[in-house]
Amino acid sequence: MIDGTQSFRFFNRGPSPVARLVFFAVLSLLLLFVDARYRYLESTRSALSVLVSPIQQLATLPGALWQQASDFFVTQSMQRDLIKQNEDLKLRHESDAAQLLLLQALQLENQQLRNLNGLPIRDEFTSQLAEIIYAERDVFKRKVLINKGANAELRVGQVVMDDIGIVGQITRVYPWLSEVTLITEKDHAVPVQVLRNGLRTIVFGAGNTSQLSLRYMPTSADIQDDDVLVTSGIDGIYPPGIPVAKVVKIERDPAYPFAHVTCLPLAGVDKHRNLLILSSLPKLPERPDEKSAAAEANNRVKARKNN
Amino acid sequence: MPYQYSKPEIQRPVSNTFIILSALAALFLNGLPWEGIGLMLRPDFVALVILYWCTHKPLRVGIGLSWAVGILADVADASLFGQHALAYTLLAFGGVVLHRRLQMFDLRQQTIQVFWIFALTYAVYALVNWQANGYVVWLYFLGCITSTLLWIPLSIMLQAMQQKRVDNNHP
Repeated sequence: MIDGTQSFRFFNRGPSPVARLVFFAVLSLLLLFVDARYRYLESTRSALSVLVSPIQQLATLPGALWQQASDFFVTQSMQRDLIKQNEDLKLRHESDAAQLLLLQALQLENQQLRNLNGLPIRDEFTSQLAEIIYAERDVFKRKVLINKGANAELRVGQVVMDDIGIVGQITRVYPWLSEVTLITEKDHAVPVQVLRNGLRTIVFGAGNTSQLSLRYMPTSADIQDDDVLVTSGIDGIYPPGIPVAKVVKIERDPAYPFAHVTCLPLAGVDKHRNLLILSSLPKLPERPDEKSAAAEANNRVKARKNN
Repeated sequence: MPYQYSKPEIQRPVSNTFIILSALAALFLNGLPWEGIGLMLRPDFVALVILYWCTHKPLRVGIGLSWAVGILADVADASLFGQHALAYTLLAFGGVVLHRRLQMFDLRQQTIQVFWIFALTYAVYALVNWQANGYVVWLYFLGCITSTLLWIPLSIMLQAMQQKRVDNNHP
């Protein structure tokens, strides 16, 4: 029986909007949970990216055209500037070449010294060039997409730098693109050393600003303004000795055990278009499991007692 | 109250191609290289187009399709899977449920109604981000205002593009 208050449905239009809302909202929440906690969906993501990437490539066209047009006008109107720039670059190249020779000599010397001391030779790494297609797509994120992916044999975890220092790390590889997480991304950590005195620490991204911060630095730590932080190479991901950041502000509040140290990245994290991707370094030996190491130590102690 | 908006014109049926093309165009506009404050001010074109179709053709474009577009947006933005999808699901629900009421109003009055739907969508997106990453960029909500401001131009434009061949027989 149909009563007056309920409208009769002449056509079957499937489930009601509320039912659909609940279904799709729960599905989304499930996906969110799985993606955030377990990262199971990377293959689905790269499959779907094949659908989306044509649009993305197309969207970069206006920017590329604009750049070509401005390049064209630069060459037309500023020839004198270009000549001067060329001269400057030649001068810089000569001084750089001299320094490079020095560096090669030092490298050789270093290698010999290391051989004498029986230390393993430092790893050489090669690099390839890539171009940024997208700067930060999302307000909440410090990530960029570059124009090389699985087709150029990139892998997750490779280090990305520019001519000055570390820019970030590859965190996701699509067939033709890869996603680079910048060092300024919230909670992105880089193990570093202070160049001046070799103090080891870890620098974290601040997230919503293009800054970095040092956490857990005791107030008494020997760190000053303008100190340069370089990678320590301890974790086996970043090659050692590459500049990362410069200390700009130190707040030492005696009420807190740790100093508040703010740094700015040295590399043009938000600036350049071209980036260098370093080939991944050879794996370090596995870090010993803490539990098994402790158990072994216990056993040894027991054995000694028994003796 | 002036009743200006729904002129007694019979609208032509919208082709699926047109709907899909508009969604792709919105994804394209979202994908343009916005940076810095431009990124904060960037209207969410995809959300606009979805809301337009959900309020004008609720039987053709509904919650399921919006969810699918949201998944594509998640892939394009490299955000968490389901982040855009959840926001667009709510957006589409708002559009489908309120479509009769919205069509009663003229464009100016619609803008106010639409603002709250966008605000909800943006809030859900920011909430998910807050849960996942632990912080919120408040300037992000500026995009909600610019999206609302674009509602009138977008409605007029899509309306005009649909009614291309209205009076063929009466020159």
